[in-house]
Amino acid sequence: MSFLKLEHIHHTYFTKTSATTALSDISLEVEEGEFISFLGPSGCGKTTLLSIIAGLFQPTEGTILLENRSVNKSKKKIGYMLQQDYLFPWKTIEENILLGLKIFGIEDSAKKEYAFSLLEEMGLKGYEKQYPKQLSGGMRQRVALVRTLVTEPKLLMLDEPFSALDYQTKLRLEDLVSETLKSFGKTAILVTHDIGEAIAMSDRIYLFSARPGQIYQSFEVPKELRELSPFQARNHEIYSQLFQEIWKELESLES
Amino acid sequence: MNHNQPVELLHKNYIKKLTYEKRWVRFYQFIIFFVFFLGWEISSKKQWIDPLIFSAPSKVWDLFIKKIQDGTLFVDLGYTLSETVLGFILGTLLGTILAAILWWSPFLSKVLDPYLVILNAMPKVALGPILIVALGPNMTSIIAMGAIISVIITTIVVYTAFKEVDPNYIKVLQTFGATRSQCFKEAILPACFPTIISTLKVNVGLSWVGVIVGEFLVSSKGLGYMIIYGFQVFNFTLVLLSLLVIAVFATIMYQLVELLERKLIKSN
Repeated sequence: MSFLKLEHIHHTYFTKTSATTALSDISLEVEEGEFISFLGPSGCGKTTLLSIIAGLFQPTEGTILLENRSVNKSKKKIGYMLQQDYLFPWKTIEENILLGLKIFGIEDSAKKEYAFSLLEEMGLKGYEKQYPKQLSGGMRQRVALVRTLVTEPKLLMLDEPFSALDYQTKLRLEDLVSETLKSFGKTAILVTHDIGEAIAMSDRIYLFSARPGQIYQSFEVPKELRELSPFQARNHEIYSQLFQEIWKELESLES
Repeated sequence: MNHNQPVELLHKNYIKKLTYEKRWVRFYQFIIFFVFFLGWEISSKKQWIDPLIFSAPSKVWDLFIKKIQDGTLFVDLGYTLSETVLGFILGTLLGTILAAILWWSPFLSKVLDPYLVILNAMPKVALGPILIVALGPNMTSIIAMGAIISVIITTIVVYTAFKEVDPNYIKVLQTFGATRSQCFKEAILPACFPTIISTLKVNVGLSWVGVIVGEFLVSSKGLGYMIIYGFQVFNFTLVLLSLLVIAVFATIMYQLVELLERKLIKSN
């Protein structure tokens, strides 16, 4: 039995003038503790699929099972990180990271302590009383990661979480996120259009084709790369080979 | 080694320049005030303007002192102030609540859309006579006037602000499984505080209009009544006194709302 199972997901968006099929016949399985990437050109329905897995809306067709249960009933097990940090500017860092607990109504002192220890691990101790605008982009995205992890989700959705950051911060955060997720044994799905990021961070990569979004091909990342941190993986020779391979596939997709 | 000194000196000069400029601004503001009242007084004394219609600052002042001594000014001012404050708080509160209801139910907002447009376009003071007949010629109907004049525009402005809140904040909350009311409380309402405060500023002015017109119609107490009474007995000193008092207190209310704004929006 797999941790997450998607069966024949179809999704169509309707507007007055058109019906656009965003996703067509997506089936895949994810094991617990795996790091998966969805890679593909824009408009291939990656984010739609992520939202569907997160239970934000229902697919037109198909089923999603998380630990053999429908996702609507297991919302608390899923954490979602967006492209930008979306920290609430009127809340302090402390209030921001405790938001999930507040929504769940489980704001006890043990959970709070866990939140603060996570914040400390991310190197943000002492910023609790500050407001998001006082922090840099990288720091804010780290706070957003803490906010996502505080509720102890089993499955983490990362929707291009590094795309709004500068390159250096991005590399550093990739390492931090990868390390954190590995140490907690979390399952994660990363949506990205950055081939390098997908290779460096994940165990398996699904390449999507656009209009309608379909799984075009999947790549297993070799064991040698998986054991390395994202930054080290980028310097490995297999990395370049895999990069070339995926690059060619992407090119053939777009032509 | 004295690298810091010129910088400090420049800074000092800069601050000096700022204070200097501020003094001149204050000076000219005072000049305008002074020239206006002095010009008014002189032209009234010299009969350049009709003293019966335009009165004179000295006469207004005398009346002011007299009305303070016999206490009647405080009574009228008290009525008008409490009506205005209540009217504007009620208008803003009701408008925000209505906006929240519209946000809650997109279907209802679609249904009510043309009615909001009609109500917004209609001059609310035209409802005055009906309000007075319905609620009685008393404070209640005047407060209702003060509120009704601002409630629809508040609803429209605040509802628009609610709709324009970045949907990704809602997405963050929904991934935590937040209900619609939690989304409202945690994201929509706090994100729109600046808008609500700025409607508050507009509503101060609107409520004064509503209340003064209401007092014209009810004609029993208040600064608006002072104006209409002064007009009827052709005592324009009374009319002008009332106008000046209204100007002062409307400004004070506006300043208070600005103070509130600075306090509340600090964190943003």
